[in-house]
Amino acid sequence: MGRYVIRRLIQAIPVLIGATFLIYWLCFSLPGDPVQALAGEKKADPIVAEMIRQKYHLNDPFLLQYWNYITGVFQGNLGESLTGRQVSDMISEAFPFTVNLAIVAFVIEAIIGVLAGVMAALRKGKFLDQLVLISTLFVISIPVFVTGFVLQLVLGVKLKNDYGIEIFSVSFNEEDGLRGYLLPAFVLASTSLAYVARLTRTSLMETMRADYVRTAVAKGLKKRRVIGRHALRNALIPIVTFLGADLGGLMGGAVITEKIFNIHGIGGLLAQAVYQKQGTIIVGVVTLLVMIYLITTLLVDMLYAVLDPRIRYE
Amino acid sequence: MSDTITKGAEAPSGDNTPKVSTEKKQKPERVASLWSDALRDLRRNPIFIIGAALVSFLIILAVVPGWFTDGSPFDNNACDLADSLKRPSAEHWFGFDVQGCDIYTRTVWGARNSIIVGVLTTSMVTLVGALLGLLAGWKGGIVDSILSRFTEIFFSIPLLLGGMLIMSMLGKGNAWTVSVVMTVLGWPQIFRIMRASVLANKNNDYVMAARALGAGAGRITFRHILPNAIAPVIVVSAISLGVYIGAEAALSYLGIGVQPPEISWGLMISDASVRFLDAPHVLLFPSAVLSVTVLAFIMLGDAVRDALDPKLR
Repeated sequence: MGRYVIRRLIQAIPVLIGATFLIYWLCFSLPGDPVQALAGEKKADPIVAEMIRQKYHLNDPFLLQYWNYITGVFQGNLGESLTGRQVSDMISEAFPFTVNLAIVAFVIEAIIGVLAGVMAALRKGKFLDQLVLISTLFVISIPVFVTGFVLQLVLGVKLKNDYGIEIFSVSFNEEDGLRGYLLPAFVLASTSLAYVARLTRTSLMETMRADYVRTAVAKGLKKRRVIGRHALRNALIPIVTFLGADLGGLMGGAVITEKIFNIHGIGGLLAQAVYQKQGTIIVGVVTLLVMIYLITTLLVDMLYAVLDPRIRYE
Repeated sequence: MSDTITKGAEAPSGDNTPKVSTEKKQKPERVASLWSDALRDLRRNPIFIIGAALVSFLIILAVVPGWFTDGSPFDNNACDLADSLKRPSAEHWFGFDVQGCDIYTRTVWGARNSIIVGVLTTSMVTLVGALLGLLAGWKGGIVDSILSRFTEIFFSIPLLLGGMLIMSMLGKGNAWTVSVVMTVLGWPQIFRIMRASVLANKNNDYVMAARALGAGAGRITFRHILPNAIAPVIVVSAISLGVYIGAEAALSYLGIGVQPPEISWGLMISDASVRFLDAPHVLLFPSAVLSVTVLAFIMLGDAVRDALDPKLR
C-alpha cells in the first residue's frame, strides 16, 4: 500500500505541472495588459508601470516566468498579486466558503442519493422505483442556475412573504451558519444527487443478482444484513468512484451557485482575477483545485481496498 | 447463434428435407446483431419516441425559426421600451423582457445556438476522445502512459474555470468558440471510456482470429475492435449532448459563453436574473424551454443506453 501511494504521488507530479503550465500559458496569452488594467480608465504612468513590470518579472520570457512560479509553488509560495497581496491570503479568505458549500452539498448528495437509489433498487419496477427514475431525469435536465433561481423564489421569497416561514434566506448571510448553506448546497448538489441515485440503483440491482447474495439469503440471513453487509458494500464501489471525482467538481461548479446566492467564494475571486488579468491568482486557484482533484482520486482508489478486500495494491 | 448458421449451411447436402425448412423459418429472427437489436428496442421504447419527437421539433425550430414566429430579434424596431417587463398575454405568450423585446420570439430564435453547440461539441468530443482512446488502448505501453497523463491534465481542470480562461483568451463568444472550449475540456471523458472499452476487447478471440488470418493493424483496429468497443462511447455521447446544451447556457449565464447580439437562452436567463424577483416570467420561460430541450436529449440518450446495454435492465 505504501509503495502504491508513493507511486501515485509521483505520477501526480507531471499532471500538476502540466495543468499549471497550461493555465499559466492561457493567462500569459490573455489579451490586454494587466498593468494597464490596474490603472483602470486612466493611462498608466509609464514609470510606475515599468516598475511593476520589473518587480513581477513581467518582461521575462514566458518559460522563465513559469519556472520562477512553479519552483515557488513547490516551496509552498503561491506568489503575489499585482496589487501586492499574497495569493495564499486571498485564497484562504475565499476558500472556506467554497469548501463549506461543497462539503454540505457532498453530504446531501451522498445521503439522499444513496438512500433514494437503494429504495428504488429494492422496489424494482414498482411505484417508488419509477418515481426515483422520473424525478432524477427531471433534476438532471434542469440546469443548476434554473434550479437555483426557482428555489430562491419559492423557498426564499414566497415561503417568507406568503406564509411567514423563514427557513431559507434569499441570499447567503455569514451569520446564519450552517442554515445559510443549506439551500445553496442543495442547489449545487441537485444534479450529482440524481446521478448518485441512478448509479446506486443500477449498481445495487446488479449486485443483488450475484451468487454471494443468493448464498447469503440461502443461509437465512436477515434482509437487512444481506443488503447492508453483502450487497450494498459491493455495490458501493462505482458510487464511491463517482462521489470522489465529484468532490472536486462541486468546488469547481460552485461558481454558479456562489453567484446566485451571493457567496464570496473562489468563484467570485476567479472571475475578478480573469477580468483583471491577474495570472497569479488564476493559476493559484486552479492549482489548488487540481491538487484537490488528484488527492481525492487517490483517496478513492485507496478506499476500494477497504470496501473490497479482493482489491490489493502492491 | 453460429451453430444454427453452420447447421443451416450443411443442411442442403443432407437428405433430411423437413429439417431444412424449419431452419429456414428460424433464420430471419436469429440474425440479429447488437445494433439491429438496439434499433428494434428503440422503436418500441416510449421514452425514445417522446424524446425523438421533441428533438425533431427542436431541430426544425433551430433551422427555420421563421416558421414559428413572425418577428425577428435582429430587427432594430422589434423592441419597444414601453413594453418593458410586460406579463404574458394572448398575443405575446411569453411576455416582454427588460428591453421590451418579445420573449417568445427570442426564445424561438435562441434554439439555434443551443442545438449547434450541443451537436458540434458532442461530435468533436466523440471524435477526438474516441480516436485518442483507441490509440492509447490499442498501442498500450509508452503511448498509453503519455496519453493517459495528458488526459489527466485536462480532466483535472474544472470545466467552468477552464472555460472562463479560454473564452477570455479567444475573446469572441459565439456557438463555435463555445463548442471548441467545451471540446478542449470535455474529450478526456470519452477518451477514458474508449480506452477501457478497447482494453476489454483487444484480447478477445476474434481479434486473435483476425490477426491469425493476416489482418493488418489498421484493419483489426477499425474493422474489428472499433465496432465492438464503440457502444459505451455512443451511450455516453448521447447523454452528454443534453449536458453540453446545459453547459453552454451555464457559460453564457456567467457571461463567458455566447455574447450579444447573438441570442442564447443562457444569456437571456442571465439578463433576466437581475430583475428576477419582480418579473420572474422573463427568466422562467427561457429556463423552461432550456430544461425541456436538455430533457429531450437526455431521454434520447437514456433510451439509447437501455437499448445498447441490456445488462442495465
